[in-house]
Amino acid sequence: MNLIFDLARGMLSRRRRQTLVSVMGVALGVAFFIAIASLMRGFQTYFIEQVIDVQPHIIVKDETRRPLPQAVEIAHPDGAVALSGVKPTERVRGIRASSEKMAILEAIPGVFSSPILTGQALLRYGSRDVSVSITGIEPARYRRVSNLEKDLIQGRMEDLRSTANGLIIGIGLAQKLGVVLGDSIIAVSPRGVSLQMKIVGIFRTGITTLDNQAGYTLLKVNQILQDRPNVVNQILLKLNDVTGAEALARQIEERFGDRSESWEEQNRNILTVFVIQNAIMYSVTGAILLVAAFGIYNIISTVVFEKTRDIAILKSLGFTEGDIQWLFLLQGMIAGLLGAVLGCVLGQLMIEGLAQIRFNTETPAGNDRFLLVHDWRIFAIASFFALLSASIAAVVPARRAARLDPVQTIRGAA
Amino acid sequence: MTSPPPALLEAQHITRRLPEGVTLVADASLKVERGEFIAITGPSGSGKSSLLYLLGLLDRPTEGRVLLEGRDTASLSAAELANLRLKRLGFVFQFHFLLPEFSTLDNVLIPMRRLGRLKDAAARAQAMKLLEALGMAEAAAKLPEQLSGGMRQRAAIARALANDPAIILADEPTGNLDTRNAAAVFDIFARLASEEGRAILVVTHDAELAKRANRRIHLVDGWIVSDTRAG
Ligand SMILES: Nc1ncnc2c1ncn2[C@@H]1O[C@H](COP(=O)(O)OP(=O)(O)OP(=O)(O)O)[C@@H](O)[C@H]1O
Ligand SMILES: [Mg+2]
Repeated sequence: MNLIFDLARGMLSRRRRQTLVSVMGVALGVAFFIAIASLMRGFQTYFIEQVIDVQPHIIVKDETRRPLPQAVEIAHPDGAVALSGVKPTERVRGIRASSEKMAILEAIPGVFSSPILTGQALLRYGSRDVSVSITGIEPARYRRVSNLEKDLIQGRMEDLRSTANGLIIGIGLAQKLGVVLGDSIIAVSPRGVSLQMKIVGIFRTGITTLDNQAGYTLLKVNQILQDRPNVVNQILLKLNDVTGAEALARQIEERFGDRSESWEEQNRNILTVFVIQNAIMYSVTGAILLVAAFGIYNIISTVVFEKTRDIAILKSLGFTEGDIQWLFLLQGMIAGLLGAVLGCVLGQLMIEGLAQIRFNTETPAGNDRFLLVHDWRIFAIASFFALLSASIAAVVPARRAARLDPVQTIRGAA
Repeated sequence: MTSPPPALLEAQHITRRLPEGVTLVADASLKVERGEFIAITGPSGSGKSSLLYLLGLLDRPTEGRVLLEGRDTASLSAAELANLRLKRLGFVFQFHFLLPEFSTLDNVLIPMRRLGRLKDAAARAQAMKLLEALGMAEAAAKLPEQLSGGMRQRAAIARALANDPAIILADEPTGNLDTRNAAAVFDIFARLASEEGRAILVVTHDAELAKRANRRIHLVDGWIVSDTRAG
């Protein structure tokens, strides 16, 4: 009600300085929350974007999560027989019927797939031997699910096709072996197959393990090298909508039986760290807002104490307990709202200040500045919690005010 | 057979006892009619204020009942009593109890806005009329602290009249005023009773002023010992 609002404002205006102090308390809590949340979310968002960018969104593997049902178990489904010691991988490795599965996956809109075969090999150049992990790819499909093409600093992906036994390797590996583009080297697989290969491309991802240990060749070539004709051991998927990855991975696994890991599952440990990070952030700001709430409690209690006469006369004039409670609750909310608005302004200034800072060293994100997100939802959350804590803090004194007996006050005032 | 119309305000054997056993008001019965100007007198501590709070629905009797316009108030909730105070009753106390942050006019407007019977402009016009009738037109925009004691009390009377109440209850309204201002306040009460037909109950220590009322109720130790009508 308009009247109650006017009364609330009038009462607070008498206690300007104290009101300002409690408003500042709320404002600081809000501002810190906004600044810290922008920083953390900035870093996390950047990190996740990197992950999403670099990795396949789903990897379908030639494994099963649980052992395949054994014949005796199928025969006695209600558990008369229990088998133990069954190993999950007792079958010929490789995704069965991979081309049929690929066809099904490709039919889903917004999904791109690429079959690969991974395997170890020894690269030999002159007297140097380096153990590497070779991925056999189909360039036309693979370029849709990976950044390899973008990361190439020499050569082209098409050269894999045009050159017999072409090989693309990382820059670190090239330096270790001492090879340059166009050199021929020998690749030997654990199965004993040995191929002469030609370096047709060199890439740099910035990820040391990849740059030092990875090589790419045609799927067919790797199938020969690994002595696994027609075998595919992973299908990599990229999605237009990355948020659907986990659900789709579950569907695929349900349908094909092959273990399917979304990017979230592959990075679960880091995502868990983010959850902890966020929990710390929320508790710190929660503590600040708790202190701010005490400030609000303090000012409203003081006003209630000072205004017992006004409360008594308002009640004798016909204001109900509800009116009086609302009157003081509203004062808490006004202080909370002022704090929230001021805090948003302050938080914005802090973000802008942080954005000016430059580091000499590189941050883990490969940047020389803070990564900040500017999301109105952070402001909204901070304001909402400020308002909520202010209201809760004001409820106690407001109820006390509502229950004051006007007769006692009026007797005492003569 | 038609029953007579109910009294404006009626107390039936009301007693107010504190939990500790002290009796503030003992077995008081009275009827108040429209247009009556009643002075309540008695020594200090005789229960005058306590009786007024009971009649004004600010306090509840431990025994007996109070009827407002024939309606028993005992069963009403606190919110319903508040609503009756808002519409039918007006209080004036020894202390003015004006809200210090608001102008005289805004103070008078508070009960009107709470009731919401009049629109904003109409309420302001009505409040100005009340202040003018009490010779307070110039003080409308002033804060209470800028007013003299007599003016504050007249502002408090204007506020009590804001929602056109049937009954005015005043507890030593002239206790802080000099003789001239006290006489002026009683003139106002007399006029409100005789010209506007309101019932006025005034607690006073001043025997001279009490004589101007047309009915006097005298209390001793919480008991009504006399209830006399003048001429
Ligand atoms: N809450 C209370 N606790 C104890 N005694 C009380 C309480 N309220 C009132 N009294 C006592 O009850 C008696 C009646 O009080 P009340 O205020 O009604 O008298 P009064 O006639 O208005 O007195 P005065 O002329 O001094 O205003 C007094 O003796 C007072 O001290
Ligand atoms: Mg008294």
